[in-house]
Amino acid sequence: MRKYWKFGALMTVIVGSLVWLATAGISSSQSYYKTISELNQMGPTAQTRHLRVSGDIKAHSITKADGIVKFTLVQDKLALNVAYEGRDPLPDTFKDGSQALADGRMGPDGVFHAQEIQAKCASKYAPKPGVAPDSIQKQVQGSKAAYGS
Amino acid sequence: MENIGALALLLAFCISLYAIVSSVAGKLKNKPFLALSGERAVLAVWVLVTAAAGILVYSLMSGDFRLAYVASHTNRDMAPFYKFAAWWGGMEGSLLFWSWLLATYAAVAVLTTRKGYRNLLPWVIAIISCVQIFFLILNNFVASPFQVLAQDQVIVSATDGQGLNPLLQYWAMVIHPPFLYLGYVGFTVPFAFAMSALISKAPGESWIHTTRRWTLVTWLFQSTGVMLGSAWAYHVLGWGGYWMWDPVENASLLPWLAGTAFLHSVMMQEKKGMMKVWNMVLISATFFLCIFGTFLTRSGIVQSVHAFADSPTGPYFVSFLALGIAAVIWLILDRLSFLRSENELESLVSRESSFLFNNLILLASCFAVLWGTLFPVISEKFSTEKISLDAAWFNRLMVPIGLFLLLLTGLGPLFAWRRTSVASIRKNFQIPGIGSLIVAAALIIGGMRYPYSIISLSFCFFVAATIVLEFFRGANAIREKSGAGFFPSVVELTHRNTRRYGGYLVHMGIVIMFIGYSGHPFNLTEKFDVNKGDTVKIGHYTLRVNGLTEGDTPNYAWEAAQLEVSKDGKSLGVLEPSHRFYKASQQSTSEVALRSRLNEDLYLNYAGHEGDKATIDAYVFPLVSWIWIGALVLIGGTLVALIPSKVARSYARTEVVGTVRTDVKVEA
Repeated sequence: MRKYWKFGALMTVIVGSLVWLATAGISSSQSYYKTISELNQMGPTAQTRHLRVSGDIKAHSITKADGIVKFTLVQDKLALNVAYEGRDPLPDTFKDGSQALADGRMGPDGVFHAQEIQAKCASKYAPKPGVAPDSIQKQVQGSKAAYGS
Repeated sequence: MENIGALALLLAFCISLYAIVSSVAGKLKNKPFLALSGERAVLAVWVLVTAAAGILVYSLMSGDFRLAYVASHTNRDMAPFYKFAAWWGGMEGSLLFWSWLLATYAAVAVLTTRKGYRNLLPWVIAIISCVQIFFLILNNFVASPFQVLAQDQVIVSATDGQGLNPLLQYWAMVIHPPFLYLGYVGFTVPFAFAMSALISKAPGESWIHTTRRWTLVTWLFQSTGVMLGSAWAYHVLGWGGYWMWDPVENASLLPWLAGTAFLHSVMMQEKKGMMKVWNMVLISATFFLCIFGTFLTRSGIVQSVHAFADSPTGPYFVSFLALGIAAVIWLILDRLSFLRSENELESLVSRESSFLFNNLILLASCFAVLWGTLFPVISEKFSTEKISLDAAWFNRLMVPIGLFLLLLTGLGPLFAWRRTSVASIRKNFQIPGIGSLIVAAALIIGGMRYPYSIISLSFCFFVAATIVLEFFRGANAIREKSGAGFFPSVVELTHRNTRRYGGYLVHMGIVIMFIGYSGHPFNLTEKFDVNKGDTVKIGHYTLRVNGLTEGDTPNYAWEAAQLEVSKDGKSLGVLEPSHRFYKASQQSTSEVALRSRLNEDLYLNYAGHEGDKATIDAYVFPLVSWIWIGALVLIGGTLVALIPSKVARSYARTEVVGTVRTDVKVEA
């Protein structure tokens, strides 16, 4: 058994330092997923944490000025004004009506200051079974071909 | 037509069930004909799934917009190439693609191994068929690719489809999923062989020898797939990120990490009869991570915030994973005595020990990535708050891990089995060690202030030097004996032990990739709002806006900027980043313009325009090309390792590189 303590010691050092790397400063890397209504209920703590808020981009709400893109996120009839101040260009999927995920902090001005935006067209990425894509303007009913008409 | 496809899938499902029953019964009751019919059933499943896949592809190519899948993933004006690629562009199609690949692999496995491994084969067939049944359940009953559009019980046809997501209309994205899937699916076969050996308590390491090529080929596909994904992100997303620790990227990395650990630790079992339990655990982990990866990319469990996520397949994947993992754990625990190790670890400075630590680090990194990826799910379970971790967290953890692995890449292969003598350490590491210190000192004196880049580059030198020395010494020994030239000697050396020297080349590929990653802190970023005729500067480059143009094609409309690039007053030609708007999907993409050189890439993205002012994102990415070069070297090295060695089993130990020893008896 004796010769194994060296292996054990080295492993402990390695795993220990990895755990330390993983936990030290983790709070600066965390961001909390919140819906707009949860965000409204948070009160002042909302300004101290890194948050991720999702919603649909309200049509015609996107404006651009001085390198800052402003828009409104809507979810369940609640609206949130967002100002994108990040460095990277906005994704190509960022446009009226698409689902967006804003990563940033709530400002004292009631505007959400996002550092990062992810966006996707809902119907493309999460197709619901049996429901045809929105652009096909027909009431549709999914049926397995084997059992279909 | 689609009825035939759906029927074929249903039949394939039934025949897969039959394959399990007949091969297991044939094996247990010792009825060879029943087992043989199990083999035939596997071939029949391939025919049926191929038929179904063929029908889906035909519908995609011919634009049969009665099918929901065709209507939501293609449109009339798409190039045929992309229509074909729409096969794996959506959930239903890609699940069918999975089934088809698995059916193909299974058929190939049956055809190639039925001569020699009859005793294992029935179990292999049963296990592969279990996996196949899972995917056929999804294909048949959960996410059928043959759903038709119907209105009031009448099948209707859409006038045109929605088109493939424009981000996916890019060559690397077309071949990236097939490679990744070839890797994901391929690990089913070594997994099935490992489990069969365990179930039937087959003596020896025959399952390892049988599946070594499978594993290596699969690993090659997976590596290629991961790197293609990385290249796609770099070229398409418009800001030059090649790795973002996005859940989908992590999903492809996880099985790669576990598979890489398996490829290394399996050598311990082959040569020393050690780590048997561990290898079983690793191959199972790799397989389940492949399934998990498919699940992660297809269910949207993580990247989605509450509303994004309701894929119907999620519960099925979770059940399959839970059942499978429980079965494997039970099987391994039940057969522990069969997996007893034949040797013990002796010294910290030995090949065995370096494999051990290589495994530890790879597994730790795998766990870290898994933890970080699933953190939103885990935190939601335990604290009711859904919390995600950003890329900085992954980097903080994974960059040191990567550097440590890089160092091991240099050290491990040169340690001797059992224990390494001081003399051999000096012989192998003196020059590389001193050299790497000189590199580090030179970089610091030269003004570099990023510790990770300095460490990375000096480790790169160290590992590269050990590898070059290995080739050099081995080739010299051959040259002295045979009198051949140096390069023919290198080829001869490699050919004598393709596994060893192919492996070195793979390591060299990793080194070259790390050179590329070291350039990351030196990236330059600028954003310009420009009019025609403006001149702007980034790094050494001067960009002059020659013009802004626009145009139209049936599939998309485009805008572009013509930017004349010059450096120190010398013109380097015109770059033309553009922006496309795809009509069918109503989505836009950026087509970046690149000037790629070995020292750095100039990367220009046309981000849109306001009035007559165009927004250009300009970047300079130092050393990025080396990442892709390294990936190519890695692929080449793996291919070399797949060539049969000229001298069978000449596992030369460290002291006698490249020569065939006749005085050492190598264990069979």
